[in-house]
Amino acid sequence: MADGDSMGCGDGFIVLEGVEKVFEVRRKAGFLRRERRAVRAVDSISFSVARGEMVGYIGPNGAGKSTTVKMLTGILTPSAGRLRVAGIDPSRERGRLAHRIGVVFGQRTTLWWDLPLIDSYRLAHRMYRIPDARYRENLDRLVELLELGSLLDVPVRQLSLGQRMRGDIAAALLHDPEVLYLDEPTIGLDVVSKAKVRGFLRELNAERGTTVLLTTHDLQDIEQLCSRVMVIDHGRLVYDGALAGLHEVGEGERTLVVDLERESPPVEVASARVVRVEGPRQWLAFPAGRSAAAVVAELAARYPLVDLSVREPDIEAVIAKMYAEKAVS
Amino acid sequence: MGERGRPVAGLRAYRLVAGMWVRSTMTYRASFVMTTFGNFAATFFDFVAIMLMFSRVDALGGWSLPEVAFLYGLSGTAFGLADLVMGSAERLGRRVRDGTLDTMLVRPAPVLALVAADQFALRRLGRVTQGALVLGWAVSRLDVAWTPAKVLLMPVMVVSGCGIFCAVFVAGAAFQFLVQDAAEVQNAFTYGGTTLLQYPPSVFGKELVRGVTFVLPLAFVNWVPATYVLGRPYPLGLPGWAAFAPPLVAVGCCALAGLAWRAGLRSYRSTGS
Repeated sequence: MADGDSMGCGDGFIVLEGVEKVFEVRRKAGFLRRERRAVRAVDSISFSVARGEMVGYIGPNGAGKSTTVKMLTGILTPSAGRLRVAGIDPSRERGRLAHRIGVVFGQRTTLWWDLPLIDSYRLAHRMYRIPDARYRENLDRLVELLELGSLLDVPVRQLSLGQRMRGDIAAALLHDPEVLYLDEPTIGLDVVSKAKVRGFLRELNAERGTTVLLTTHDLQDIEQLCSRVMVIDHGRLVYDGALAGLHEVGEGERTLVVDLERESPPVEVASARVVRVEGPRQWLAFPAGRSAAAVVAELAARYPLVDLSVREPDIEAVIAKMYAEKAVS
Repeated sequence: MGERGRPVAGLRAYRLVAGMWVRSTMTYRASFVMTTFGNFAATFFDFVAIMLMFSRVDALGGWSLPEVAFLYGLSGTAFGLADLVMGSAERLGRRVRDGTLDTMLVRPAPVLALVAADQFALRRLGRVTQGALVLGWAVSRLDVAWTPAKVLLMPVMVVSGCGIFCAVFVAGAAFQFLVQDAAEVQNAFTYGGTTLLQYPPSVFGKELVRGVTFVLPLAFVNWVPATYVLGRPYPLGLPGWAAFAPPLVAVGCCALAGLAWRAGLRSYRSTGS
């Protein structure tokens, strides 16, 4: 019934319906006694990702992000609900799924530490039974795009963190997976390395149509890569939509930073309020949904301005605010 | 992956990963030579202790030095081979804790093969070599009327013994899915087991011999078949054919260990801890 159990979710490539994961946590309650307690790490999550989408999956630590990804990769079996990736039930057919997905664990390299980088790729070639011609082609392309040419003969232990991350991403893509899961792909990388990784992912998604699901703490990853964000907290999906919409949901505020000619008392404008004053520089907050132009116009008409800049709301703050509101309601 | 294809896929993956580890080790050639020699030397002194003991007494539990050496060599060789092939499985608890098991679960290969081949260390050949040397010396000194059956039993004992110890390694790893810091418990059965088998069964209490024969059948690694080869009575009065049972015992143990492994892995995947 390989095709018989498509779930009627249209073009959903990754489909979750009421997926749950309950862990039984044993806690010491004495010398040998253990208390058992059920923890709902993922609580009835449903979503669908279309082929070729690039989705950010975010939330605080322990929210259930990695549990979800572990279910999607077949590492963990869901306690309830239905889950399909490329039409495959991951927990049942882990081996078959492995050929169609790529996984990059940000903080844990799967490259061979003491061997030249190329050796890890040769192993993937054989373990994934990649046809020779396709392996050559993919390797050449990845080496070029990820700038690995000069690194292939270098033992992995001598690579920098950024080089290693690029190496890991290439290793996960040699077998042409249709889905790529990335767990914190830019963690610990310098600005240049981050830019390289992001540039590559954009290109991969645009040119090859690879579906990408990434978990991250770096909000710039999301801003620069993902048109869609899912926010998970306490095992529940609390937001699923465009990044811009997240600001509105969280009622985020943008900040206008103005430099006046000289030190002065807080400015008075109708469309914004001053949140901070530091010498001639002042910070004005205004709702994220409103245009900055009106605020700037009003200011310029009444005060001598030297310079100004607009800052987007900090997504982390927006999410924190969302959580706070959920807790109240 | 079909059920019949799994062992083949497992062996293939094992070979690939073990090969990578051998090449990794060879990048530190000097270290490899030293640790292999160290392995050999440590087990060598282990046997020296037994020889010293025999400089004070003529027999141990009624067994002469060549006879004890025979037991020692069989146990050492079988255990050494099992340690070489499956020894890495004892690190399972650590792998669960640090998450490396998860990286293996997303590969298109049987997990047991990947776990067993991980950290594959050729230096463990040191122990095999030492066991084989002691065994060779013992055979040259033994006063045994060799029959075809006894000669045939030699390789059968080593291979079956290796199988039985492999099963203990796998069962121990399966147990670590439940209790992750149980590596020491496992050591009691593996390293402890091989040390036990180096001495004649006659020096141990009946209860222990019974347990090692019927509960955890380590006795089939060497005690039971070796008493037949040496023409000695087995303390428990087993039927004569029991000496030829090691292959059956090994297959049975491996099957049980395989089931335990599957159950352990299933429990890990449903609890994630």
